[in-house]
Amino acid sequence: MGIVFALLGAAVAALMAGIGSAIGVGRAGEAAAGVVTEDPGKFGKVLILQLLPGTQGIYGLLIAFMILSNIGIFGNPVEVSVMQGLMYLAAALPMGFVGLYSAIRQSRAAVSGIALVAKRPDQMGKAIIFPAMVETYAILALLVSILAITGIPGIAV
Amino acid sequence: MQKINLYALRKNRKAIMEELQRLGVVQIEDMKLADSIFTKQNTAQSRRVFEKSSDTATQAADILNEYIPEKKSPLSMFEGRKTISVEDYYTFVDNNDEIMRVAYDINSLQKEISDKKADIIRLETQKESLSVWGNLDVSLRFPGTKKTKAFIGTVAGSMTEDEIRATLAQKLPEIDDYVVEVISTLPEQTCVFILAHNSVAEKLEKALRGLGFARPPLQPKQPPQERIAILDDRINQAKNDIENAEKQIKSYVGMRNALKFIADYYRMRRDKYEAIELLSQSKRTFILTGYVSSENSQALEKLLTEKYDAVVEIEEPDENEDVPVKLKNNGFSRACEGVLETYSMPSRHEIDPTPIMAFFYYILFGLMFSDAGYGIIMIIACGFALLKFKNMEESLRKNVKMFFFCGFTTTFWGLLFGSFFGDSVQSIATTFFHSDVSLPPLWFEPLTNPMPMLMFSFAVGIVHLFMGLGIAGYQDIKQKRYYDALCDVVFWYLLVGGLIVFFVTTDMFIGMSGLNFNLPSVVGTVAIICAAVGAVGILLTSGRDSKNPFKRLLKGLYGLYNVTGYLSDILSYSRLLALGLATGVIGTVFNKMASMLAGIDGGGIIGAILYILVFVVGHALNLGINALGAYVHTNRLQFVEFFGKFYDGGGRKFTPYKINTKNYKIKEDI
Repeated sequence: MGIVFALLGAAVAALMAGIGSAIGVGRAGEAAAGVVTEDPGKFGKVLILQLLPGTQGIYGLLIAFMILSNIGIFGNPVEVSVMQGLMYLAAALPMGFVGLYSAIRQSRAAVSGIALVAKRPDQMGKAIIFPAMVETYAILALLVSILAITGIPGIAV
Repeated sequence: MQKINLYALRKNRKAIMEELQRLGVVQIEDMKLADSIFTKQNTAQSRRVFEKSSDTATQAADILNEYIPEKKSPLSMFEGRKTISVEDYYTFVDNNDEIMRVAYDINSLQKEISDKKADIIRLETQKESLSVWGNLDVSLRFPGTKKTKAFIGTVAGSMTEDEIRATLAQKLPEIDDYVVEVISTLPEQTCVFILAHNSVAEKLEKALRGLGFARPPLQPKQPPQERIAILDDRINQAKNDIENAEKQIKSYVGMRNALKFIADYYRMRRDKYEAIELLSQSKRTFILTGYVSSENSQALEKLLTEKYDAVVEIEEPDENEDVPVKLKNNGFSRACEGVLETYSMPSRHEIDPTPIMAFFYYILFGLMFSDAGYGIIMIIACGFALLKFKNMEESLRKNVKMFFFCGFTTTFWGLLFGSFFGDSVQSIATTFFHSDVSLPPLWFEPLTNPMPMLMFSFAVGIVHLFMGLGIAGYQDIKQKRYYDALCDVVFWYLLVGGLIVFFVTTDMFIGMSGLNFNLPSVVGTVAIICAAVGAVGILLTSGRDSKNPFKRLLKGLYGLYNVTGYLSDILSYSRLLALGLATGVIGTVFNKMASMLAGIDGGGIIGAILYILVFVVGHALNLGINALGAYVHTNRLQFVEFFGKFYDGGGRKFTPYKINTKNYKIKEDI
């Protein structure tokens, strides 16, 4: 039973962060395509901005992978108690929720950044920084999830 | 940066302006001097003409590229502008008229092509609308004979001859002096030819209207078949014309370089006229004011005085003048100038933070990317680009160089943390050689020991932040504001430093991080005293600009509140851990996927091929995404956390009047 909860945790992290990134990258992509119709030369710049909300999905994957490897999905099965399973589920929550929401919010900043680059290509550096500010919170959530997951196997329950 | 005033004779204006443009060392300023003697020349009109010529040539070159694409290697973006010699330059300039004629010719040919293409579409539509009348052997205009009247047109819906007859017979039972012929039937309409005796024509027409009869919109003189043949002829003619025009455009392929050059040439002339507009001119003389960087000023003065008999004044600019800024760094830190420029140029009295920023840039980037394999790829790829493309544009070269240096730190940290394409060494060893060789980290593995890594990240952050604070202090001291340095820097050092040291000695820290520095308890006491001194200092001095003691105290409290800012700044460096782990773990995920696939045939040949495939694609993806992440977040740490401590920027970049071309560089042999 424990392993089911743990797996659920991995799924939540990959699922929600992935959905967030998919929405975010998609939205930014629409804006980026609009800019490229006007000026194909800006492709490289807007592509970078489009990719920014994509990192949450990767963080989600990272958390999912850490849980999967901790509970022995890839070979050497490990005994996971119900308590531990629930702990993995709880540990995955920050990444799942913050990943979902921050990717969507970040994409709005990215869309504005794309509009900025369309008008003033020289301000690329600043256009990147605004979405990157949002990303901070995804990183903090990732950190909490990582620290929690690495701590769990040591706790005997 | 020095100020330059140049007084010269007007007859030398052209030569001097061209010389200055080639040298590209002077930024010309608009001196607002206009009176009865000195006037400004308005060059807007000539600039427009040049701009138009330049656009025409560019457009022609683009059209040429459409028909005969220029062969470009995928790495051509690194190549930079081509160089041409001065002789070639003058050959091109002499052929200026001929080249422009070609440019106009290409543009008009292209216009002709697009007109003809539109014609073809129009003709095809006409043909289509006539095709339903295929086998009618009279013109659609055919009015009838002397005694008969013809109705040629369509009725609504699909009907047969008998149906039409039946319907008409129903409406006009008394009349039958007409013939009906159905030419063709479509689901929505039927094309009919009806010939009626003049006496019944009027009545019949009414009845036909009831059937939705309408005459065709196009009624050519000739019978449809003949007309279609004529249209075909015209279409072929147009196609022929297009082909000829294309052939002619293609025949100009040899002029491609000349067109590109001439576009540059007119752009240069436009720039020159723009510069001339900034001059103050009298009947026989002109004055130019601007800025020149100190290292070039002597040589420039000598050149202008000797060659053109001009009077040159070089002087130090005023204290409060808005002087443009030019960065000057050694090769190691110059690479990061581009990053600084995307933030802001330093203002005149600030120090250029590039060298210190560059040092931290490489370290932070390496920490976030931290994989020896990726680092080596970066070194090789950037090194190759730097060696192969000597002619690379300066700004691009800087960026490539920056990533080249970042490659070294990435490799360094990767080795320390034992990451080489994730855990590829172990993965390959277990999948194919059934051994458990792995690349041991030289220091420790962050994935299994995240706490020490987190502490290390914070430590790096603290050093970085304190360095920023230190620069703020240095600037204050340099401008002899010692009291400010004490209040804004020393007190903060005491407060933040004291709090950190005190925190390290607490049981909570030891319990959390598992690190114990075994500091004697007196250290903690000293630290907390330092922090208290700092706090009191900040409380008392933060509001030193206000006279009102109450306001001063409030501002002091607010100043003290900024300590939370330091807390969040330090916590922000936790991204070093998170992004560093992300690179390693995702690399490991791909290795895992590859080894699972390779396990299908137990590590044989097919397994190896699958492994390599997944490995290459996966790591290429990881490299791209995480390099982007590391770049973005290194920038963020520099811009927000580091620059926030001391850097305002807002300087104006030194943009000298120079040859500003898109396609060619002119090689001077002076």
